[in-house]
Amino acid sequence: MISGLDVIWRNLPFLMIQGFLGFGKFVGGTVRLAIPAIILGFLLGVFIGLGRLAPQRWIRIPATLYVEFFRGVPLVMVIFWMWFVVPIVLRRSIPEFWVALTAFVVFEAAYLGEIVRAGVQSVARGQVEAATAVGLTSTQTMRHVVLPQALKNMIPSLVTQFIVLFKDTSLASIIGFMDLTKAAQVVNNREVRPFALYLFIAVVYWVCTYSMSRYARHVEQRLSPA
Amino acid sequence: MNYTFNWSVLWTGESGRWLLLGLITTLELSALAWLLAVALGIVSGALRTVKFRPLRILATFYVEFFRNVPLLVWMFFWYFGAPPFLPEVIREWMFGHGLEFWAGVLALGVYSGARFSEVLRSGIQSIPKTQMEAAVASGLTTFQAYRYVILPVALRLIIPPGTNESLNLLKNSSVALTISVAELTFQTRQIETYTAKAIEALTAGTLIYLVLCVGLASIMSWVERRTAIPGLITSGGRRR
Repeated sequence: MISGLDVIWRNLPFLMIQGFLGFGKFVGGTVRLAIPAIILGFLLGVFIGLGRLAPQRWIRIPATLYVEFFRGVPLVMVIFWMWFVVPIVLRRSIPEFWVALTAFVVFEAAYLGEIVRAGVQSVARGQVEAATAVGLTSTQTMRHVVLPQALKNMIPSLVTQFIVLFKDTSLASIIGFMDLTKAAQVVNNREVRPFALYLFIAVVYWVCTYSMSRYARHVEQRLSPA
Repeated sequence: MNYTFNWSVLWTGESGRWLLLGLITTLELSALAWLLAVALGIVSGALRTVKFRPLRILATFYVEFFRNVPLLVWMFFWYFGAPPFLPEVIREWMFGHGLEFWAGVLALGVYSGARFSEVLRSGIQSIPKTQMEAAVASGLTTFQAYRYVILPVALRLIIPPGTNESLNLLKNSSVALTISVAELTFQTRQIETYTAKAIEALTAGTLIYLVLCVGLASIMSWVERRTAIPGLITSGGRRR
């Protein structure tokens, strides 16, 4: 166990600065991938979620199919689609970062869209009727009345989904993106200390996700009316 | 786009057999991991409610640690890291019976067990305390109260989130390809490697997953409707 600590100490800069944060000579970084993926995935998710509630069928049906499709397919499969097929379509190779980012945004937007939809549906109907009665257009109602309240209701599920996404970024290592998992693999190939290395990155992931889930619980308690 | 489709690669040569073998491995891996996950979920869920504090802490630690770390890390941990520390007998057996498959079962089962535990806990907690009090007041023993009042309701409340977690488990089994378990995604990639026909191979793999997931989901939503308690469960067959 002591020698295990030693291997981590010696490789700590590589694991944390290159692998976790993403600064160094390789393109990588768990945080560097997770943050844009969360922001862009949420933005796309808002469109998908509102699309699912649209009165027009030509918007509602494609949005529903989108959600049902991506929720029925493993993320690994979506990553491979991006990895193999996008270069065929665009006729040039795409860097791992963009492949992984696109796959995460497209995949998580389906799940985030469902959260947005549930959030919007949780806003009482009377609110919409009242907003219409005071003369707001439907866009204004959505923008100023429904979405602000929906967002509040969504926060716990959103944080849970962000945790899922954060964990999922480890799958970018499959296509060679130098994230924390890949960095541990690289060190392990050289030093052959799998127990210590994989347990160490497990703890790093855990510290991040557990603090996010504690924060979600805190927000949930503060916002609950009781 | 300069790509010539050749769908016949899916049924000529070895491809068809590979897909079938991959599907069987995916189902075996998922089924065994599911059994392990349900067992661990029930045990840890029950331990989290006992009075003896060390057991409660142990169960909480299991749930909070295992479900908050990526499955991929667990795959590597159980495949590369854990075997040297396992008892001799188990290690020998695992090496003799396909180490990667059993490491995959352990990783997927232990990870999903922590998630199942949360599903069970919230299912049981969602039953009002008064139900139990009423059952005991009308003369049932604790066992009878669980058997006839709490569990029949709790199990039905658990069906939708339980289905959802089970489908997650099925989809997550694809992560086992990283430790070279020859499951469906692995075989899809193998076809791509041999034929250089990425779109065809990925379409086949994707469709099989879609059929499995949508099929299971619709069966379970039928079960959910059949067993719904009037006035209590109103969501009626919505998958989440």
